[in-house]
Order: sequence, then structure tokens, then C-alpha cells
Amino acid sequence: MKREVVIIGGGPAGLAAAIEAESRGCDVLLVDENRRAGGQLFKQLHKFFGSKAHSAGVRGIDIGRQLLQKTEELNVEVWLNSPCIGIFSDKRAAILHNGVTEVVEAEKLLICTGGAENPLRFPGWTLPGVMGAGAAQTMVNVGRVLPGKRILMVGSGNVGVIVAYQLMQAGADVVGIVEGMPKIGAYGVHAAKIRRAGIPFYLGYTIKEAKGTDKVEKAVIAQFQGGKIVEGTELETDVDVICVAVGLRPLSELAQMAGVRHGFVPELGGFMPLHDENMESSVPGIYVAGDTAGVEEASTAMDEGRLAAAAAAQALGHFPDEEAEKRKQEIRDRLESLRQGPFGERRMAAKERIVGKGV
Amino acid sequence: MEDRRVREHPILGIQEENFVEITVDGQTLRAKEGETIAAALLANGIQIHRYTAKKHEPRGIFCGIGQCTDCVMTVDGNPNVRTCITPVRAGMTIETQQGYGKRGTGR
Ligand SMILES: Cc1cc2nc3c(=O)[nH]c(=O)nc-3n(C[C@H](O)[C@H](O)[C@H](O)COP(=O)(O)OP(=O)(O)OC[C@H]3O[C@@H](n4cnc5c(N)ncnc54)[C@H](O)[C@@H]3O)c2cc1C
Ligand code: FES
Repeated sequence: MKREVVIIGGGPAGLAAAIEAESRGCDVLLVDENRRAGGQLFKQLHKFFGSKAHSAGVRGIDIGRQLLQKTEELNVEVWLNSPCIGIFSDKRAAILHNGVTEVVEAEKLLICTGGAENPLRFPGWTLPGVMGAGAAQTMVNVGRVLPGKRILMVGSGNVGVIVAYQLMQAGADVVGIVEGMPKIGAYGVHAAKIRRAGIPFYLGYTIKEAKGTDKVEKAVIAQFQGGKIVEGTELETDVDVICVAVGLRPLSELAQMAGVRHGFVPELGGFMPLHDENMESSVPGIYVAGDTAGVEEASTAMDEGRLAAAAAAQALGHFPDEEAEKRKQEIRDRLESLRQGPFGERRMAAKERIVGKGV
Repeated sequence: MEDRRVREHPILGIQEENFVEITVDGQTLRAKEGETIAAALLANGIQIHRYTAKKHEPRGIFCGIGQCTDCVMTVDGNPNVRTCITPVRAGMTIETQQGYGKRGTGR
């Protein structure tokens, strides 16, 4: 089986890429291992930032719906419940589809598999009830089931703070947010909502232990200084869930299998596939976009997907050079305006460094 | 049993519910068609999905997006099914997995 453009992963990056490629006349196949495309968007109930061009003020779930509708209108071929389990030479992707492994030969392959949460190891961290903040968010916002009644959040970045608020919104009792640094990591608006709700921040604290026999029953937190726990400052509280929100890392196993050159970029989540100004990797014809290409946000993921797809359509001869260059520049300018503020600027600098070095 | 389902939500609204029956370790439970097995178990108060091979320690949901394999169980005789991304179907048989599990025999 052959397709011009095969996109692995139907999150914001993959969906936006599929729409861009299909509208330029490419023959596209989008695969996702979930039963529904949309990736992490369907758990993002908060409104987005940025300008109107970036869907600011629109909730992640609504952006997801718009993307899905557009892929349907364009008749994009989508395989759901279909994990890609390997990439072989010559851009052949092995995809488990309806119980059979199909090998699809792609002229251009886009890897948009997203990111995964980093774990944090402490005594008791493997007990049922200790989970990623994103896992809790998935359970409550997609599954509509509360993972617990009394929840402690570890990490005060955007994910930690947003998920804590969403758990509270769904009826859980969030007992506090623990943060090892002396200040809150999240954007002010999100943190303010937590403060207004009366949820305490424990700044300069960390999780010391999760206690329980076969699931979490208690959390022990303690002051954290110079990378060490300060003995004697422990506080213990009853909880049934401990959520860990200590950052995300790019999921790049497939890119690794494909032989794509990687590098370590701490600002973007660590070990990641390197790419050029078209999101193309060191393997010609293999592109990366979204969290796989460095962890950022859904809005940047969508534009990276569009950029990769526009470049692929151009290389396939579907998109005349002059128009394609214009379109790509427009997307790059948008990405630049998205990468602002204290987090965005660091990511922008990291991206420039990667692209500057070449693949 | 305590109820963990979020029926009314300030942003997501009220949810339609279409229940089916599944069997978990021999017990009949109610689950919503199409929800993930992990969500169905959680709604029924079940948090332990498997026991590890060497130390027989319990494990439950960890990443929730199919990436860590902590949540695997034996489903319809197939071991190592990631329950956080596998949808419920009426009549499914789900078993708490011991170690790496065995095909067919369950457990
Ligand atoms: C659990 C979680 C919660 C998050 N919550 C927030 C939040 O509240 N706010 C925020 O701003 N950011 C959040 N993020 C960050 C989020 O990753 C980005 O906002 C954005 O969703 C990234 O888009 P993406 O398309 O790169 O990846 P994703 O949205 O992660 O999409 C990747 C897609 O690829 C599919 N996939 C992965 N591997 C394979 C494979 N081998 N075969 C087939 N399909 C595959 C997945 O099923 C998924 O649909 C969260 C991240 C995670 C992991
Ligand atoms: S909880 Fe990680 S794979 Fe299911």
C-alpha cells in the first residue's frame, strides 16, 4: 500500500498537518492509536492565549472539534484504533489496523506522536493512585470519572495548575499544590484561579512519600532546599490520589527507529529529533511536528504541523514554490509571535539554535 | 459504592449514558459503551489493574494515554492490553493481570 503523505498521530499537530496537506491536493493517510483523533486537545477545557489567529479565547475542546470537522469535510482518510508500531527503511510504516499489520509506503512521513509526562520517583511512587496530572485530566475530562476525592498536586507549572483547577471543577477536593521552587511556575491567570478557590500552594516543598498498602492513602510532603529534603519539616495528609506534573518529554521512539538524528534540548523537554526550518529531519522525507519536535503547546503544535505539511506538499510538487514559500513564511511568523513571554522566548531561542545548526 | 462519575459538569454539560455489562474478575459490572476500560474500572472503584511479575506489587493507571503500560490487563483472554486506550464493548471479560499474563487462560 502506498500513500503520498502518511501522518502518524492525530493530535493538534497531525490534524492541522492533514488539513494542510489534503487542501494542497496530497493523497493523505492519518493514523492514530486512539479511538478518537484530537490528541490531548479533548482534555483542554481552558481557553487559549495569543491573538485571534491563534484561536485565543477558544477552549481546546472546541479547537479539537473544529479540526475534526474540517478533516471530515475534506474527506481525509483516517485510521483510528491503529497504532504505528514501527518504521522501516524507505519510509515504510507498520500500522496495526483491524488486527492486521499493514505496511504503508510513504513518500513523505510526518511523525506527530506528541509527548509524555515525566515521572518523579519517591517512596511509594508506584502505588495505584499516584499518576501523571495528564492522566488524571484524561480520566476526568474525557472519561468523566474522578480519579479520586482528595487530591494532592505535585508541580505548579501550567499543567499542574490547570489540571488542579479542572479536578476541582469536576467536584474533587484538591488539598494543595506542592512546588519545589520558591515560586509558582504557571501563568498568573491560572494561578489566580487556584488562589481564589482557596487551594494552598506549598512553595519550596516536595513530595517525600506516598503511603498506603495497595493504593495511596496518605501523602507526606516536606520542605525542599538545595535539592534536599529538610528533615523535621514533614506534613502528612490523607489523600487518595497524588498527581505528578513535572514536565513533559517528546515521544520520539518512531523517529529513533527511523534513524533520525536526535539532540538534547532541555528547553524543549530533553532528548528530541532535530529538524530544519521546514520541520524535516535528518532523514529526507521524514518530518516531525508538535510535542515530538519539542514540547510546547497545542497552538504551536498546529502551526508546526501546517509548516511540515506545506513543505511536504511543495516537495511533492503539489504546491508551487512561490506560493509555498509565502505560506511557510506566514506560518513561521505566527510561530514566532506565539513563542513569546518567559517560556516562549526560551523555546524560540532553542528552536533557532536547532534550525541554525542544521540536521 | 462511592460514585465517581461526573454527570454534570460546568463546561462539558450533562453527559448521555448508555450502559452495558462487562465482567471483571468474575463479577458483573456496569460500564459505558465506548469509554476506556480504565475509566469504567475507576467508576466502579477499581484501581488495581495488575500485579508485577517479581515483587507482586499492585499497579494502576499512570500515564492515561497509552504510553507506560502500567495499566495493562487481560482482556478477553489477551494479556497486556492497555486499558487506558481500549474502549469497552458489551460482554467484555477483563481480568486483573498477574505478571506478564498468559494468553487464553486468563490471569
Ligand atoms: C496527558 C497530557 C495532558 C496535557 N494537558 C495540557 C493542557 O491542559 N494544556 C496545555 O497547554 N497542554 C497540555 N498538554 C501538552 C500537549 O501535549 C500540547 O498542548 C498538544 O496537545 C501537543 O500536540 P501534539 O499534536 O504534538 O500531540 P498530542 O496532542 O499528544 O497528539 C499525539 C497523538 O498521537 C497519537 N499517537 C502517539 N503515538 C502513536 C503511535 N505509535 N501510533 C499512532 N498514533 C500515535 C496519540 O494517540 C495522540 O492522539 C498535555 C499533554 C499531555 C501528554
Ligand atoms: S496508564 Fe500508561 S499505558 Fe495505560
